[in-house]
Amino acid sequence: MIPFTVCEGPAAPLLQANIDTDMIIRIERISKLRRGELGPWAFEMWRYAGSGEPNPDFVLNREPFKQAPILIAGANFGCGSSREMAVWALEEIGVRCIIAPGFGDIFFSNCLQNGLLPVILEETQVQRLAAQAEGGRQLRVDLEAMRVSCDGLPDVSFSLAEGARQALLEGLDEIGQTLKYDVQINAFQARDRLARPWVYGATESSVTS
Amino acid sequence: MPATLLDKIWDAHVIASLPGEVSLLHVDRHLMHELTGVEALRKVAGRQLPVRDPGLTFATLDHVTSTRPLARDGDEPWSTRMIQAMRTESKIHRISLFDVDDGRKGIVHVIGPELGLTLPGLTVVCGDSHTCTHGAFGALAWGIGSSEVAHVLATQTIRQRKPKNMRVNFHGAVTEGVTAKDMILHLIGKLGTAAGTGFAIEYAGPAIRALDMEARMTLCNLSIELGARQGMIAPDEVTFRYIEGREFAPQGAMLDRAIEAWRSLASDDTASFDHEVDIDSATIRPTVTWGTSPEHVAAIDAIVPDPDRDCDPGARAAWHRALAYMRLEPGQPINAIPIDRVFIGSCTNSRLSDLREAASVLQGRHIAAGRVGWVVPGSLQVKRDAEREGLDKVFTQAGFEWREPGCSMCVGANGDMVAPGQRCVSTSNRNFVGRQGPGALTHLASPAIAAASAVAGHLAAPNMLPERRP
Repeated sequence: MIPFTVCEGPAAPLLQANIDTDMIIRIERISKLRRGELGPWAFEMWRYAGSGEPNPDFVLNREPFKQAPILIAGANFGCGSSREMAVWALEEIGVRCIIAPGFGDIFFSNCLQNGLLPVILEETQVQRLAAQAEGGRQLRVDLEAMRVSCDGLPDVSFSLAEGARQALLEGLDEIGQTLKYDVQINAFQARDRLARPWVYGATESSVTS
Repeated sequence: MPATLLDKIWDAHVIASLPGEVSLLHVDRHLMHELTGVEALRKVAGRQLPVRDPGLTFATLDHVTSTRPLARDGDEPWSTRMIQAMRTESKIHRISLFDVDDGRKGIVHVIGPELGLTLPGLTVVCGDSHTCTHGAFGALAWGIGSSEVAHVLATQTIRQRKPKNMRVNFHGAVTEGVTAKDMILHLIGKLGTAAGTGFAIEYAGPAIRALDMEARMTLCNLSIELGARQGMIAPDEVTFRYIEGREFAPQGAMLDRAIEAWRSLASDDTASFDHEVDIDSATIRPTVTWGTSPEHVAAIDAIVPDPDRDCDPGARAAWHRALAYMRLEPGQPINAIPIDRVFIGSCTNSRLSDLREAASVLQGRHIAAGRVGWVVPGSLQVKRDAEREGLDKVFTQAGFEWREPGCSMCVGANGDMVAPGQRCVSTSNRNFVGRQGPGALTHLASPAIAAASAVAGHLAAPNMLPERRP
């Protein structure tokens, strides 16, 4: 995972509330394409007109937002399906940070798993930042200082669970980290097999075994 | 200290407390399907890691499988390749795969409970957001992303921050004709799709206790549509009776011992919740969605709402967009909206009781001219049970197609889609823009309303239909 420290650049405002992960990446793309091939299909229902030509009105088709590393979104961004491909698709179009009043819980976790920073701010702050960004001002998101800066506005601080913050800052690999707990996992299972044998007994079908 | 159902299950699964309020939790059941399973297994293998506890992971085929009668694979080469890969990978990693040949294939959230894999007090995860369905058993069950699937395969654990406790009390009793689907759609309409964000929801109260297990699964299934990763119901005698005799469930003395432990899972009387919601069940009416979010609901006998009058100013633009997409006008009677097709299926409403509910409406009736109806049973077991009762005949005589199990038209991953501009009454869980296919118009509803709408040719409840043919 690429460590996240500071992200700076244009921020694309996409303030509609409740943008679901089906909207970010369609099911046909998930099922037929692999990671690395999803970028062109991010937000496809908005990004392309009926003819397949880029829709000039959609924010990610306009300068300076075409390669924007920051997305400013509406409430409950990424609700719905657990598809991690929504995060991969955003990553593939260059997004590293999303600022919103709130996120779908699973999408939020999926961001952290991939080194994308989800920043939760008050709705009014999000709108203020979006207005500046729309006017062409760049944003700077500093995870070390937990601060969003933008010329013309006072800095805004945000919070993130300390464990998640450290993992992002260091680009930690969760599987590698958890494997260090192998002794504790074994001890838990040994205890638990006695306390709740039915949990483990089910591993063989009781009919066919 | 008094504890909630969530607290008790959570505490029983903490292996280690990690920095930043994160717990390392044991995963008791990991369920897989082919859409995210193949890549996750390859990812773990690519890191030279074994699947740590293959006996605690169970897989099936549901997302991309064909639902054509007698189909065994996909409808296209790419989907058949994915299915074959899942078969190969699960063999390599010694994971049980429920397939066509063994007669146990089905939607992952249907077969888990059906096979007795889902039990009270367990942690259950799956790379699918509707894993909250399993919470109906008093399990802590939630959907995870692909990276977390790989983590579970490699470690049999998951790193989680504990959600907050919310309880929704359904007081009193529902009126006749009101189903679990109506109850949960009503609730989502009241609270909105973000109300449950950060929470695990416990559903309680007499109207919940009165539901059978399949209805409880329908209710918990839509928790994610409230924004909650987990929705749960404390286990009771109804739960225990359902579990007894199922293939992977404990039996005999072991079952007795398990039930004794499960009885202590219910939230303590004095336990406190971070948030509580009270619903008067008698006020719930048969409900459908009119818009493009599960919170856009209306009673079947109501009218299409007016964004300029009936909602918060903040939601006005979204309501206007939803009405434009759905090609509806404020003030239209809901039960006069003409429909093109009906889909009865999905992890929400594809179990035997759902099919019985739909069939009881369709008995002696026929789909309106020009409409298309599909029934996609949740599993091969559901299909066999329904056929034993003759439900398949009721459906086919009414003009429905009786198909093979899978996720099908709920999500369209296998190519089963609603055509652009077509209006579908669907017993599934999401009416998002384009969810059932680009330009598809979806109305979520119960199996009874779906069946009645097929007969009427427009949205309708069973009591709005003319008398049956003699």
